Amino acid sequence: MKTLKFLIEKEFKQMFRNPLIPKMIVMYPIMVLLLFPWAVSFEIKNIRIDVVDHSKSTYSRRLTDKIEASRYFILNDTPPDYRTAMLNMEHGETDMILEIPSSFDVDLVKNKASGVGMAVNSVNGTQGLLGSNYIMQIVNDLSSELRAELMHTLPPQSRASMIRMPQIDIVPQYKFNPSLDYKNFMIPGFMVLLLTLICGILPALNIVMEKENGTIQQINVTPVNRIHFILAKLIPFWVVGLVVMIISVSAAYLLYGLWPVGSVMAVLFSAIVFILSISGLGLIISNYSETMQQASFLVMFFILILILLGGMFTPVSSMPAWAQLIAVINPFNYLTDTFRMLYLNGSKLADVTGNLLALGVIAIVLNGWAVFSYKKRG
Amino acid sequence: MKQFIAFVKKEFHHIMRDNRTLLIILGMPVVEILLFGFAINMEVQDIRVAFYDPTPDDFTTGIAERIRQNSYFNYQGKMQSMEEMEESMRKGKLDLAVVFPQKFQESMVHSGKAAVQLLSNSSDPNRGSISVTYASAIIAGFQQEQADLIQIPFRIETENRMIYNPLMKSSYMFVPGIMGLVLMIICTIMTSVSIVREKERGTMEVLLASPLKQGTMIFAKTIPYMVISFIDFIIILLLSYFVLGVPVNGSLLLLFLVAILYITLTLSYGLTVSTLVDKQVNAVIFSATTAMIPVLMLSGMIFPIDNMPMVLQTLSAIVPARWFIEAVRKVMIQGLGITMIWKEMLILIGMILFLLGVTIAKTKKRLE
Repeated sequence: MKTLKFLIEKEFKQMFRNPLIPKMIVMYPIMVLLLFPWAVSFEIKNIRIDVVDHSKSTYSRRLTDKIEASRYFILNDTPPDYRTAMLNMEHGETDMILEIPSSFDVDLVKNKASGVGMAVNSVNGTQGLLGSNYIMQIVNDLSSELRAELMHTLPPQSRASMIRMPQIDIVPQYKFNPSLDYKNFMIPGFMVLLLTLICGILPALNIVMEKENGTIQQINVTPVNRIHFILAKLIPFWVVGLVVMIISVSAAYLLYGLWPVGSVMAVLFSAIVFILSISGLGLIISNYSETMQQASFLVMFFILILILLGGMFTPVSSMPAWAQLIAVINPFNYLTDTFRMLYLNGSKLADVTGNLLALGVIAIVLNGWAVFSYKKRG
Repeated sequence: MKQFIAFVKKEFHHIMRDNRTLLIILGMPVVEILLFGFAINMEVQDIRVAFYDPTPDDFTTGIAERIRQNSYFNYQGKMQSMEEMEESMRKGKLDLAVVFPQKFQESMVHSGKAAVQLLSNSSDPNRGSISVTYASAIIAGFQQEQADLIQIPFRIETENRMIYNPLMKSSYMFVPGIMGLVLMIICTIMTSVSIVREKERGTMEVLLASPLKQGTMIFAKTIPYMVISFIDFIIILLLSYFVLGVPVNGSLLLLFLVAILYITLTLSYGLTVSTLVDKQVNAVIFSATTAMIPVLMLSGMIFPIDNMPMVLQTLSAIVPARWFIEAVRKVMIQGLGITMIWKEMLILIGMILFLLGVTIAKTKKRLE
């Protein structure tokens, strides 16, 4: 036990000898939480649209006005032909093109039906789909306005059938995040991201740094057993991670008024289990690496996979089955899910026990591996 | 010149000797492009849905059946009470709950009006609102069938064309982003760590004492890295084209030119980092924190820049990956020529000059 105490003291001294580390632990979470949640939004506003109006009639102008008035669109230009509009799109000045045919007006009044054409830049698929849905809504609005206004021009029997048209009102209720605010959803994710970066990179560089500096030889010749050695490496990161968590939770509250509806203790507790597993991964990488460069490539490689397949940015349920299997052993995925449930859904500790158990198993396996892969030889 | 070539050779030997690092540098992009190219998908799928229907009738079962059969939804069963529903939503086991009022059909037939409530788990706002949109569309379809109106007057049809990405594949959007991200991480860490390592060990001083000019020496040092990074780029490109099916619609030569500019830029950034720190750990921390999150968040790789507040839009302008990704999307997917991307290319060149300037100024100062 005494050995462990001295070893931990040594680790802390080594860590804080580098002035960048304490600075990073304090400043980085604040900076990330202050800036980046604002960058996150899938809500599509400001879609730039070109309207090519061949009809130049009352109704086509009304459609253009409706689009201009909508909060989703910015009317970029009204070019005379499709070719010019397409050129605008190629220059990246517009995202959508709406083409109104010259017979738009006549078709509506005479044939009671008309059409418009739409071209959407769909390099970003979601954005393209949503943009075209919004246009369809606006067009449908216009057509029901016209129905109401021009009903008297219709023959009596079709008027009657329109009145009988049954209506189903759809009442949506957005639970847990009624304002559909993306920041609330992403902030718990950013906390996990910070923990992963700080408590993943530092341990990954730790043992290999001792190898490069030669100090590991001294440990190897002292009577320190492997478990003590790894524990002494783990515990400081555990403390660092907790500090990062406390700063992040406070920052989320002070900056965004976001506080875990469930329980703040549950947030900290699940973070502790997570830190153990991610630091364990770091130590394994450190054990297997020969140089710090190797360790840093490897740790970035794994962190990137953990993050991008961990459900922070894109839902795990949208991934193919084999990739969902990776999510089963991905600690990032479990903690992001847990934090979101605790922060937004108001879940209790009991509701997240499944996730915590999984994290615990991952932590035990990884740290067992870390102990096993540390070999006392030169 | 002879000295220069000798120096480049030396650096190559240096890198080739370390097989393991080389394997990591060349293997990493392969795994990542395949993993992310196939797995990252923004489409909302597998919406877990349940129904609360106190008085089932033809209409409610009709709507429920249609939702159940839709491939976007994953039916979780009927709920016996609102409490049960709330509970499973809180536990994160349910995404959408469709709540019918009592005597749905009756009120629809008599008053011509009825309401359906859609409760969506919106902790993920995107998923929350899109599941409501999907369910609404299905209910609207059901309503149309019931209305048996052959012709609704004053219809306006919309004909919709998705250009550049007609199948709406997420990989079209993500592949250029992943290229930008992976190259940024590899190049920055590669240069900054290896140069700082020489500083740490003192071998840098030996090199500085050689008769070679400083600028030439740094240039010689980066050439092998440039070659390796370019090989990485080619590997990523081949995999995206042949395995992920992302097209290369524009000129391949132009794409290479953009890639070389970007690689030079990221290597220059690594050089700059190496002049700012004097420990390998710090080089890694510095590279990782400045290369990863800003690229993920502010490059337009995942989140559209147009939606961001002005401050972040301005900030994103200094993220090199933003300009690279924009140019690659334009060339690869939209098939545009150099006249459409000269702006991005100029910005990349400007950034290179700036970073090299800073590096040279910093190095000179150190030597004085």
